[in-house]
Amino acid sequence: MSDALILAAPVVIPLIAAAIAILLRHRPRLSEGFAIATITLVLALSGMLLARAIDGGTLAITVFGGWPVGFGVSFAARMPGAMLVVVTMVIALAVAIYGHASIGARRRRAGHDALMLAMIGAVNGAFLTGDLFNLYVWFELALLSALGLLMLDRRERQVGAGVRYAAFGIVGATAILAGIGLFYGIAGTLDLGALAARLAGSPPTVATAIAAALFLGGFALKAGLFPLHLWLPASYAPAPVSVAAIFAGLLTKMGFYALLALMAGIFAVASGGIGAAQLLPVLVMIAGATMLVCSLAALAQNDMRRLLAYHVVAQVGYMMAGLATGTREGVEAAVFYMIHSMVVQTNLFLGAGAIHRATGSWDLSATGGMLRRNPIFCCLFAIPMLSLAGIPPFSGFWGKILVFREAIDTAHYLLLAAGVVAALLTIFSVAIFWSAACWKELRGRTPRQLPLSMLLGMGVLSTATMVIGLMPGWIDALAKLSAAALARMGMFA
Amino acid sequence: MTVFYAFCASAIIACALHMTLSRNLLRMLLGLALLSTGVNLALFVGGGLASRQPPIIEAGAKALGVSSDPLVQALVLTAIVIGFALTLVLAAIVLRAWRATGTLDARDIDMLDQRDLDAVERSVE
Repeated sequence: MSDALILAAPVVIPLIAAAIAILLRHRPRLSEGFAIATITLVLALSGMLLARAIDGGTLAITVFGGWPVGFGVSFAARMPGAMLVVVTMVIALAVAIYGHASIGARRRRAGHDALMLAMIGAVNGAFLTGDLFNLYVWFELALLSALGLLMLDRRERQVGAGVRYAAFGIVGATAILAGIGLFYGIAGTLDLGALAARLAGSPPTVATAIAAALFLGGFALKAGLFPLHLWLPASYAPAPVSVAAIFAGLLTKMGFYALLALMAGIFAVASGGIGAAQLLPVLVMIAGATMLVCSLAALAQNDMRRLLAYHVVAQVGYMMAGLATGTREGVEAAVFYMIHSMVVQTNLFLGAGAIHRATGSWDLSATGGMLRRNPIFCCLFAIPMLSLAGIPPFSGFWGKILVFREAIDTAHYLLLAAGVVAALLTIFSVAIFWSAACWKELRGRTPRQLPLSMLLGMGVLSTATMVIGLMPGWIDALAKLSAAALARMGMFA
Repeated sequence: MTVFYAFCASAIIACALHMTLSRNLLRMLLGLALLSTGVNLALFVGGGLASRQPPIIEAGAKALGVSSDPLVQALVLTAIVIGFALTLVLAAIVLRAWRATGTLDARDIDMLDQRDLDAVERSVE
């Protein structure tokens, strides 16, 4: 198969499949099977793409009009992007399997499968695009399809969440668009590689500072970083749980990927590029505040989905801490943490959905008895729980070690302290969650048995977490390649 | 001229942000529509307002003469379409909110969140 086809497949196939899934929506079984088949096919193709990206060099094509790379809208299999597409597809597969039990015929008739495929296509597009404006377009498409998924049941409560999500999302996207306009004025190009080359070595100006601020604001909002995180728990909680799970895994990380590409790639903060001295202190403050505030807020939650949503944000804070250390190893830590966190956060939401299915409540105080009734579930759920807490040998431990080591090496002791305190708070929160949902007896009722597809979906992600945890060297090697690729982004132009 | 337009764009964006912060959802919706208009104007001005000549390179010449940058106009066109779609979707959501509550006050819509709708979730699954 030709290179161009493999590169375009993770974006084009889900989008075409979304169009077909709309036609199939009145045949729920067929549409479900079609979605799972599509996701499996794209997963296989994205594996081939990753192998190609590791081999070296970037694979790049332009899609419209036959312009040479650097002028037209290009897609490129750069390192972090190609790997994130694979992780995205693994998560999508797990959620689709889980969805067999949690997404009924009514939700499928409402267009669940088409919206889900469109969102996956948009996320892959953002990871693979080589053009800043195109990145903005993918963010908008993801916003629109996520809005549809969020309001799938058209219940009143989802309306409030939808208004909030749409309003915040549009403001963030507009800030990004304004930043893009400024960038085009500064550099005369929107190709990521060409932008990085153009900005390298030039001194920071008012225009670059404002553009950096707009991008930081816009993408930090998308990633849910403090103080722009408030919309996130409120919007995730009313969504159908498998939808909230894929949001937790993909959407915030998409925002953080864009921050990585801009800060580490274009502004080159990791190699003393333009404005590193001014940007890094801001990033350090954002990272520290996000970790501390959100892991504290998680302690105060009783609704499982809100609790986990605060952890999603707190974990993005750790990635930001990696980036904020301003070294190539820091970026490597951030990429490693991102991969670990995508898998774990999705799995935690799936677990919360399973607990709700068994006990009939989202409220931690009204759940319990899972260990006695569903021991297999508890084995699967313990893996992401321990990983979130950062217990060795699970994947979260390696991620935190990488971030902390870099904070020590670069003498960011306050950042280190914030990270350690937040990690302790996280362990505390995980312990509360576990003892309330699994150990505590459920008074007066016995929890229901869980359907096999829920366990299978969680099993896929738990296995992935174990693979990362037991063989961190592989993922770390990929993260190292990613950090190197981001650092020399400008040399491809 | 460019400075004048830049001030216009910033004035529009300022008005839009003020409206976005309103508690009335309809005003917020109009504010968001205005916001994307303001940013589109800023993008458009960024392409240069030098001339009305079409961006065609003369026969024999190597570079574009006195003409505005066409790429920015393409970006603005795309941004207008996206902004239109988003405004429409948000308008549909606001309409749904109004039908559900009979009000456009954000505080009342927020109260929907507080109601215990666990039973709803259960009936769906």
